[in-house]
Amino acid sequence: MLEIKDLHATINGKEILKGVNLTINRGEVHAIMGPNGAGKSTLSAVLTGNPAYTVTKGTVVFNGKNLLEMPPEVRAREGMFLSFQYPVEIPGVSMVNFMRTAVNEKRAYEGKEPLSASEFLRLMREKKSIVEMDNKLTNRAVNEGFSGGEKKRNEIFQMAMLEPCLSILDETDSGLDIDALRIVANGVNKLKTPDNASIVITHYQRLLDYIVPDFVHVLADGRIVKTGDKTLALELEEKGYDWLKDEKL
Amino acid sequence: MATYSDIYLSVKDRIQPLQGVYQSAEEDYQRLLQPAEWNDVLAVDYGLNIQRLNIQVNPYQVFHCDVPGIQSYLYFVINDIFYHEQSARNQSLPHGVIICSMREATERHADLVRPYLGKLMAAQTDSFVALNAMFAQDGFFIYVPDDVQLEYPIQMINVLRSDVDLMANAHNLVVVGKNAKASLLVCDHTMDGKVRFCENRVTEVFVEEGAQYEHYKLEDTSELTNNLTSLFVSQAASSDALVNIITLRNGQTRNKIIITQEGDRAVSTLCGMAVASGKQVVDNFTRIEHRHIGGKSEELVKYVLDGQAKGNFTGELKVLPNAQQTEAYQTNRNILLSADAKVRTRPQLEIYADNVKCSHGATTGQIDETALFYMQQRCISLEEARLLLMNAFLADVVGNIRVPSLQERIATLVDKRLRKADDACAGCRESHCK
Repeated sequence: MLEIKDLHATINGKEILKGVNLTINRGEVHAIMGPNGAGKSTLSAVLTGNPAYTVTKGTVVFNGKNLLEMPPEVRAREGMFLSFQYPVEIPGVSMVNFMRTAVNEKRAYEGKEPLSASEFLRLMREKKSIVEMDNKLTNRAVNEGFSGGEKKRNEIFQMAMLEPCLSILDETDSGLDIDALRIVANGVNKLKTPDNASIVITHYQRLLDYIVPDFVHVLADGRIVKTGDKTLALELEEKGYDWLKDEKL
Repeated sequence: MATYSDIYLSVKDRIQPLQGVYQSAEEDYQRLLQPAEWNDVLAVDYGLNIQRLNIQVNPYQVFHCDVPGIQSYLYFVINDIFYHEQSARNQSLPHGVIICSMREATERHADLVRPYLGKLMAAQTDSFVALNAMFAQDGFFIYVPDDVQLEYPIQMINVLRSDVDLMANAHNLVVVGKNAKASLLVCDHTMDGKVRFCENRVTEVFVEEGAQYEHYKLEDTSELTNNLTSLFVSQAASSDALVNIITLRNGQTRNKIIITQEGDRAVSTLCGMAVASGKQVVDNFTRIEHRHIGGKSEELVKYVLDGQAKGNFTGELKVLPNAQQTEAYQTNRNILLSADAKVRTRPQLEIYADNVKCSHGATTGQIDETALFYMQQRCISLEEARLLLMNAFLADVVGNIRVPSLQERIATLVDKRLRKADDACAGCRESHCK
């Protein structure tokens, strides 16, 4: 589904990614861990086409297509979804209007008719239950005045609405209390199918108790330095990252 | 070309001035200078309809306003002449309500008109107002007696229609009696896009004690139209007035809006928006004067400027020594979509009372890039994301339209206007599509 080869990327002239290689197949959950500043969020930004970053080298093939040539909205319509670490507040744009535009733009790309108002509301209702989202939130402007937990829940709700084939969860656990974490993680698990895949970026093993990864990668200084199964996360939790540096040396 | 003073002197005896309009207009016109950036407006040799010849057009048949489907009492002013034929609903106006030609009003309702006509304009004059006073011979008159509440808004459509360059000088008067309630939607339209127009209009509004009044102005004219609107609102005690000025398509527009609180505990809301592209110019000069105790005012003006459009905002807020316990808030926010668009904002607060709450804020910026990317990541194209953000930016001004059907309609018009701003054809109306 996704094949990243020797990916290098910079922001403001500073190289952050220094040759990332990663292959993700359908049905897989990949966790990416690593110390602060390693490039985890940069990787998600580059994959989704954030204009602040420049790709200087490497290729990314997504569902057989050259991902790096696509504008951000086409990547999204092709099925790439990012749950933002810091979801953006958009005052004045209602959740309903925002989601209807999003869903119908995706449908148009797929050659489908736009949803009618009643079909859309039914879809909203159905998907809201996945993350136990309050009606009050969907009646407000996008993320405006949402608490940290509500924002993250809203990200997973949007993921449910758009049914992506690859979702990137960028520190979705940050700022969540135990209950919210479980709700969000359950939401992600409910959305898992044999046809889609996820990249879970996190600092802590805790989230991986709920969303169990098939692979755990350690990203350090712009490269993936180690890959293992879910036990690697436990090992990292115990030992930190320094031992990896030693191992490399 | 002859100056408008010369023209005035040569046709003076053929003008039938409106009674009561202040007398020193001609001297004042000589004495007062228009704002420098407006010099070129009066350098144009416009025709004037001194003899008040009727334009052969039935607006009810040929003119379709952009704001249809709202139930209203519908009237037309063609250039500067009130159109006498009327729609059926106007027959259902409550007893005592008068909506007629300003000229007719000075003749048939002289006692109603006399205490008001010309009083505000003389006190607030500038060269355009003085010019209006020299040439104005008609306009509309609205009188809502005490305690009468109008069920529908009054819709006054100004149509500019001429085969030659034309200046229209209309003088309008609105009187809303004690505890009465009325709303007025003024639509400005141009029927002839190839002719240069100068619409120089003065409207005086008196909102009596406890009355509620809403004044909406929607401009959708042509690139060749100079729209000079002077709106003077005088509010008595405990009255509530809302002015919302929306400029969507125009050439060069100057809205001068002055609201004066002449009694205790008056509430004023002054709103406005301009969506401008190409070489449009939109100037909103506003002044709210608190003269008495316990008044409130809220001002909110927003601009979205593209191309080489220019916007000016002046927000004068005066709180006089007697006006203790005043609450006055002013906000001006602007988005510039292109490097060549310009906006000048001048909040000017003069506060002479010490027990007041006043604030002001002015911001000018670009569209929020992080919000754009967030929306793109949700499958929304860049264009659509920008439209959502711009509509959202203007939503609170639209929200200050208290007639629900009108609010809905204007929201649609604003969205349509924002969509066309990006359209390549917006500019070609100017050059080769004529």
